[in-house]
Amino acid sequence: MSTPAPEPTPLTLRRSVQVTIDGEQVSVPEGSTVLEACRARGVEVPTLCYLETLAPVNVCRVCVVELEGSRVLVPSCSRPVAPGMVVQTSSARVRASRRMVLELLASSVDLSTAGGEVHRWIEEYGARPERHGPPAPAADRDHAHAGHHDPPALGKAATAAQPVKRDNDQYVRDYAKCILCYKCVEACGEEAQNTFAIAVAGRGFDARISTEFDAALPDSACVYCGNCIAVCPTGALMFVSEHDLRAAGEWDESRQEVTRTVCPYCGVGCNLDLHVQDNRIVKVTSPLDHDVTSGNLCVKGRFGFEFAQGE
Amino acid sequence: MDLRTTEATPSVDERLAVDSVLGPPESGWFGGGRTPLDGHVAFGGLSLARSRRHLLLPALHALQERVGSITPAGLGYLCTRLDLPPAEAYGVASAYALFTFEPGPPVVVHVCDDVACLAASRIDPTEELARRHGPAGSGTAVTWRPSPCLGHCEHGSAALVQTAGERGGRASLAPFAPGDMDRLVALGPDLDLADLPAPLALVPQAGAEGTRLLRRVGRLDPSSIDAYRAAGGYEGLRRSLEIGPQGVVAELKDAKLLGRGGAAFPTGAKWEAVARNPVRPHYFVANADESEPGTFKDRVLLDHDPYALVEALTVAGVTTGADKGFVYLRGEYPVAAARLEHAAAEARSRGLLGRDVMGSGIAFDIEVRRGAGAYIAGEETALFNSLEGRRPEPRNKPPFPVDRGLFGKPTGVNNVETLLSVLEVLSMGASAYARLGTAESTGTRLFCLSGRVARRGLYEVPMGTTLGSLLDMAGGVAGGRPLRAVLLGGAAGSFVGPDDLDLPLSFEGARAAGTTLGSGVVVVLDDTVDMTAFVGRVARFFRDESCGQCVPCRVGTQRQEEIVARLAAGRPLGSVDEELALLADLDQVMRDASICGLGQTASSAVTSALQRGLIGDGAHTSNGRRR
Repeated sequence: MSTPAPEPTPLTLRRSVQVTIDGEQVSVPEGSTVLEACRARGVEVPTLCYLETLAPVNVCRVCVVELEGSRVLVPSCSRPVAPGMVVQTSSARVRASRRMVLELLASSVDLSTAGGEVHRWIEEYGARPERHGPPAPAADRDHAHAGHHDPPALGKAATAAQPVKRDNDQYVRDYAKCILCYKCVEACGEEAQNTFAIAVAGRGFDARISTEFDAALPDSACVYCGNCIAVCPTGALMFVSEHDLRAAGEWDESRQEVTRTVCPYCGVGCNLDLHVQDNRIVKVTSPLDHDVTSGNLCVKGRFGFEFAQGE
Repeated sequence: MDLRTTEATPSVDERLAVDSVLGPPESGWFGGGRTPLDGHVAFGGLSLARSRRHLLLPALHALQERVGSITPAGLGYLCTRLDLPPAEAYGVASAYALFTFEPGPPVVVHVCDDVACLAASRIDPTEELARRHGPAGSGTAVTWRPSPCLGHCEHGSAALVQTAGERGGRASLAPFAPGDMDRLVALGPDLDLADLPAPLALVPQAGAEGTRLLRRVGRLDPSSIDAYRAAGGYEGLRRSLEIGPQGVVAELKDAKLLGRGGAAFPTGAKWEAVARNPVRPHYFVANADESEPGTFKDRVLLDHDPYALVEALTVAGVTTGADKGFVYLRGEYPVAAARLEHAAAEARSRGLLGRDVMGSGIAFDIEVRRGAGAYIAGEETALFNSLEGRRPEPRNKPPFPVDRGLFGKPTGVNNVETLLSVLEVLSMGASAYARLGTAESTGTRLFCLSGRVARRGLYEVPMGTTLGSLLDMAGGVAGGRPLRAVLLGGAAGSFVGPDDLDLPLSFEGARAAGTTLGSGVVVVLDDTVDMTAFVGRVARFFRDESCGQCVPCRVGTQRQEEIVARLAAGRPLGSVDEELALLADLDQVMRDASICGLGQTASSAVTSALQRGLIGDGAHTSNGRRR
């Protein structure tokens, strides 16, 4: 993780709201979310579809907490605090839901390149994905028709397994690793890039991230800013360079150095974090807490580094 | 944004289809011929794009009906016209079952194989169709596909015929026998939907003394506004204009009218909250996306008494200060769509809709919008997204619709039965209405009786009537066979048994018994129904209809179907106890952590079937565990 974001200067004085988290009083600014209140209190709440730089979509449901007076659990990432709220973050109900969310994801999605926290949570919450059975054969997910599906393969657990999409030189899309957190869609769309090259298509278990008619990226509106890669929590979207090194078994973060620099292309001055392994740039990211770019780059900053290592 | 659309050229039919909804292209910027002026004037921009996005679904319908599928060229032209990214439009279109993306036979027969028809016929009609006409989707001119409930459950079988071409459209066929498919195949491309017999409604009580919501059904010409007015129609609107919004809200509160859509929310409080909201404009939506398996009440009311909904929605609009009302109607109800459109046009021509409703000086108008095969679109916030041209995915609540609903504005939304009940409150007066039913659940309620019952059909009884007396009205179990169970409330409801005939059909009665009235579904099951297949169909339904947004429902409904299939085959993973524990865990996470009511109830029927020992070896005790 990068360095913590500096506290933004409030434009107007926000009133503070008192809430109770796990029996302890906490005072947070009005308009904060329950998640922010939990974090202010130092309570760890797992999140997958949440990112500080995007509006919460509350779809993964791993951040649910128990709110007194609510029939169902509530997503802490999007629920604003209200005075007098009483929240339990670790009750049996909360833990049961988190365990099942992690278990359902792990049973259906390849989490091998997801962040280390996910694996720690799976362990901590006692998720047992194997009890849903061995994986079923891969299905043609791109042409699944809403409202129709084949009967389940008896004794097998359906998964998102499918071939990696590699249709350009910049990045691969391995949707077998996609947990459908919507972040790439948000980043490609109105939250950052306003390109709208991808959207969620299909529905139910067949829902998927797709261009129109599953067109290859070069035939789509994609501008290769890579801002989708930057927000992907599971490695489903990945630099070709990283993907190939991993495939060759040569990806080794312990041998990588991350150097922060300024993008040489234009006058905006975006920060670049160059990930260098064996004296070659293998990936470019940008700090999320940069108050101008919030981790976003354009195609030049993200992928235009070959000149630095020309052969 | 810069749009990038496919370079494929739309066909003449595709242009005509889109233009039939959007009008001819305004300029070269929107897919029209380029004129010299286009070089000097820029159009478009985000606000224009946003203002027309709600026309996406009607335009997709037009493409599907005219061309038979949504092609890259057709979608590309539509996106140019709406200034909409094609990936988003594809994301929307692919969320609906009635849209297809590959060229196929122009005639598609969607055949119901859902729970109510399965129970009534005791056979899966798709097996015989596959034997006689090949697998689903095969054929050159005519093909068939399995379909979830089509809302003609009182016939015990049903199909929806969808044709493509200049006269393309949809027609319902109920009852539907596999032999009907032979006739359709023989007709092939010559099929004219107008030649198909219009389905009848089975309403055994039609016009009977004591009925309220059903009193006009079958007795009036549904196309005649004069007949409707002669039968007392539009007295409700007259009265509501006399007593004003506060008066109407007070009547609804005094009548203690609760919403019939499932959540039993007090109607008066909802209307008051919308009316008082200072943000403008306000909208009012009639939720006619009846898709709960086993439900056909809205279809009967809209087919046979369409003016009642037009009037009721007008009352709702003028009371809550809305200037626009939408009827969101299931795409599978072509008769209701035509009759509602006609009724709204007639009302408009008589000054009962439009700029000056009934001479009151209040403006209100109605638009009928069709769904396209998505159960989830009946969830009120998913419905708003669908109307806005977005994917039919539920929104997180709060904010609630009365604060931020359709187009982000304060919106009232009620089920058809609730809105029609408002007219009864106004015509009877609150105190007379409140005397009907029970103290907590006032008025009458519609119940859709289907399956193995002697006289299937739509019934209206005072709230609190027992399940046993409702079944008696319908002649009991067909053929006098023993009652095995009743699926109450639909796929999202639960099973009750022969010991529950004393159950009072009221909100509080159902709640006390741990069940729900839901949408008034009563599927009667005798000892001949294959319960394993029946429960398996419920599991398949939710797997098909989940929107896929949240993990508990998206993966949970898939896993639930897998477990039910394993239990049905007698091939559990590990022990049966382990499978039941897994189902219990799924049930909990779906109920506790799903975004909307679909996920929260998706395991309800399966769990209750296990608890009652209706599937598996029947050796489960009441807590769902094996003895």
